[in-house]
Amino acid sequence: MLSDVNLLGPELVLLVVGAFLLIADLFLKDRRLLMGIAALALLGSILYSAILLTEGHMGSQGFGGVLVVDKFAVFFQILIAGAALVAVLVSTETLQRTPSRRGEYLALILFSTAGLQLLAGSRDLIMIFIALELTSISQYILVGFHKDRWGSEGGLKYLLTGAIASAVLLYGMVILLGLTGSTNLSEIAQYIAWQGEGSEEALILAATFLIVGFGFKAAVAPFQMWAPDAYTGAPTPIAAYLSVASKAAAFAILIRVFFEALGDDLLAEHWKTIFAVLATISMVVGNFFAIRQNNIKRMLAYSSVAQAGTLLIGLAAISADRSELLGASGILFYLAGYTVTNLAAFTVIVLVANQNGGSYDLKSYRGLGARSPWLAIVLAFALISLIGLPPTAVFFGKIYLFETAVQSGLTWLAVVGAANTLVSAAYYLRPVKAMFIDDAETEPSDEIMVRPANSVIATMGLVTAGVLVIGLHPGLLINAAEAAVAAIFS
Amino acid sequence: MDPGFPVLSLLIFLPLLGVVLIALLPGKHTPTDWLVQNAPGNPVDYPKWIALGIALATLIISLVMFILFDRSAAGFQFVDEFDWISAEAVGFNVKYAFGVDGLSMPLVFLTAILSVVAVLVSWRVDLRTKEYFAWLLVLETSVLGVFTSLDLIMFFLFWELELIPMFLLISIWGSGNRNYSALKFVLYTVFGSAFMLVGFLALGVAADTFDIREIRHDAVAAAFLPAPAIFAFIMIAFAIKLPVVPVHTWLPDAHTDAPTAVSVLLAGVLLKMGGYGILRLLFTLMPDVGADADLALAIIGVVSIVYGAIVTIRQTDLKRLIAYSSVSHMGFVLLGVSALGVTGLSGAAMQLVTHGLITGMLFVMVGLVYDRTHTREISEMSGLAHHIPLLGIGMVFAGLAGLGLPALAGFVAEITIFLGAFESQTAAVSVALTGVLLAAAYILWALQRTFFGPKDDRWAHLPDANHWSEFTIIAGLMALIVLLGVYPSVVMDLLEMGVEPIVESIETVVSAGAGGG
Repeated sequence: MLSDVNLLGPELVLLVVGAFLLIADLFLKDRRLLMGIAALALLGSILYSAILLTEGHMGSQGFGGVLVVDKFAVFFQILIAGAALVAVLVSTETLQRTPSRRGEYLALILFSTAGLQLLAGSRDLIMIFIALELTSISQYILVGFHKDRWGSEGGLKYLLTGAIASAVLLYGMVILLGLTGSTNLSEIAQYIAWQGEGSEEALILAATFLIVGFGFKAAVAPFQMWAPDAYTGAPTPIAAYLSVASKAAAFAILIRVFFEALGDDLLAEHWKTIFAVLATISMVVGNFFAIRQNNIKRMLAYSSVAQAGTLLIGLAAISADRSELLGASGILFYLAGYTVTNLAAFTVIVLVANQNGGSYDLKSYRGLGARSPWLAIVLAFALISLIGLPPTAVFFGKIYLFETAVQSGLTWLAVVGAANTLVSAAYYLRPVKAMFIDDAETEPSDEIMVRPANSVIATMGLVTAGVLVIGLHPGLLINAAEAAVAAIFS
Repeated sequence: MDPGFPVLSLLIFLPLLGVVLIALLPGKHTPTDWLVQNAPGNPVDYPKWIALGIALATLIISLVMFILFDRSAAGFQFVDEFDWISAEAVGFNVKYAFGVDGLSMPLVFLTAILSVVAVLVSWRVDLRTKEYFAWLLVLETSVLGVFTSLDLIMFFLFWELELIPMFLLISIWGSGNRNYSALKFVLYTVFGSAFMLVGFLALGVAADTFDIREIRHDAVAAAFLPAPAIFAFIMIAFAIKLPVVPVHTWLPDAHTDAPTAVSVLLAGVLLKMGGYGILRLLFTLMPDVGADADLALAIIGVVSIVYGAIVTIRQTDLKRLIAYSSVSHMGFVLLGVSALGVTGLSGAAMQLVTHGLITGMLFVMVGLVYDRTHTREISEMSGLAHHIPLLGIGMVFAGLAGLGLPALAGFVAEITIFLGAFESQTAAVSVALTGVLLAAAYILWALQRTFFGPKDDRWAHLPDANHWSEFTIIAGLMALIVLLGVYPSVVMDLLEMGVEPIVESIETVVSAGAGGG
């Protein structure tokens, strides 16, 4: 039993420190100290995951098969904790605005992160649901954290649609349990392999419900309605966190459920169709709605819908040909590249909003290239990466995913994805144009130019370096992604 | 030719070193009036001197390579490669591989020459000079990378890299409707490259490698897509870039609104990426499909030649006129390719090189004239040769070269194409000949209306060519155009060497098809 607790280490660190922060908030008033504690907890969690990795715990299951620690889970746990770390480090301004609720904010980030990490390592439907609720409830509060008009609207919308998504997910799980008699992913897989024939329709219905639930978290269209409002209303670090960490965990659990439990050849052909259709809808909806947005956070919300669609190309491809490791490792690679890129973009947005008094309108980016060349260069670089142009992280991610699609016979999907790149260029270039080409409407006065905190600057440098390193030397990450997916597909 | 050290990597990334140097320069530069001559040493001048130094250094390296190039050995030389991404388990391998052969060597040299020209012609740019020259150098790197990449993914990487500097160069330093033109350029190119990427991936997956040297055309037959579809996908990108009618409409806009240096590079080398891609990738990797497509290519080529020429005649903006003439001239490339023989293909390759020099020079001249008159409307200019005779000489010379006057470079390329294509595409060549007539008409008519005709006192105060950078460009390009006109084999031999393996593989598949059928 003690060794089982050991496997839960990365999450436990976060939960314990989160609980401590809630209490410590009463007597610790120093913002930096609180942020430091939260950041250390996340670093500790990453370190714990790394230790589990090196100490040969790979593949160990805990708590009666509810939880597994494999390279796949560890890959996501590190990615998610890294994203949370960035979100904490760039939250300076948010915490300055709400001095009385600092502990709460940081604790909620830690709880939500623990939930997402658990999700990546769950092998049981009940565990999956609990992990999902742990993270969702924390996120509902975080989205509405500012208690202003936009925050409340976004938070409420997220809560209501999220509740429906959870309910639908639960229906799916119940049907699956009723059919197979088990909540354990391996037992479900065994049942389908032996006696699945004849109950395909019910299984597909259950799986569709699951897709709704997970797709909601990943902001896949048509389950994306919450994303634009939640992103706009949430504190910007939280929007960044939602766009990458939630998406990563949702894709982790999609891969795990659909290819550990429901990956039987009997069904895989259907998954291919479903994922391919969802990928197309998501890319088209996300990209076309993004074109009309004048608020950069809203634009990135729709962009994140479109990026989810690109990731679904990978899922469709592995459904078509399960022997292809390429597809799954492509999803992991793309997710990691997208994570650093989006975090870089959001970090700049935080800094720009600090400068101009909290505006996210594209107009406020005019002339940024002359005012703050470094911020403008980093944002332009991130946006160019999001289009998928070299030499950046997403460039290789895109090639990698499209290659998977071509390899598994889904050439049309690769064509759709590539054509969507064109549409995305049209809006990703708008902020670039505003920053470097348009002139500022008014000269910025010196008094609103706030000097950003060093932690934010350092974070920006770090994630930008990440985008460049993955773009120039993708081999390292590809190998990590390969090793991770080998845990599931082998 | 193995130089023993990575000379190609040095060549390609030297401009990026220049970008770093320029980025390290301190502070902002105050704009200066372009009429004020800045002495070297004035801080305002550093970016352009660095850019010039770097561009000259790449020119020298490429000249040395051009001289050392072994004209008796087939295949790629100066090869520089290592495995960049090797994910064996999943079959995703990308090689960092550069090399030049007879086909790419002259284009690399052309790029280096025109980059120097582009820097010199920008000598009086005074808006955000640091960024301007940095982006020009990035552009040079990306074009050199396209011409030398031996891996499909590397090729694609450099192909896309070129978009970023072009977008910013046109939309910041351009004129007129520059934002529209810049975005149109990017969207057209991205549209093409989206299909190109899928085509590349289909090729790479089928052949299990992205290395251009290792992909066999019989492996392509095993792809998920039928080979003609792959060919068509990749062709979309090259057709847009070349450009051919009806996907040419981005070109007049981009050219008209781009700054002079960017027009020079756009017409001089960026369009050539399309023609080079057709020869290097489509016909090398899929000669069987290419051989079947000969008639289609010839028709598209002829339509571009004739339609482009007719539209050119009607232009009222001098720069737009030159831009449209490129559409017509690039049609000759397709016509030459459709001949499927050594003569036709080397003529097409020669057209890439000579058109780069000639149209580059035409854009330089138009740019220099515009700097003085501040108008490009043909109807507003008249008798300019009286006031700016030196620029007049340059313009007339470039114009004559453009219409294919014998003893100048353009003639050699066009006559070779006609010779090569006459036998197999007689009808197409006959129609294309009208394009030559129309070219004479639009160029001579434009010259007559602008530089000759009645003297207009409005232009009496115009300064003639008066700066060393202007003399250097005009004299240098003139010399090269004459050299290629009277002694074409200095480049032609190389190009023939480069296209020979392509023609051989075409002949092999054609005879195999005839024998089998």
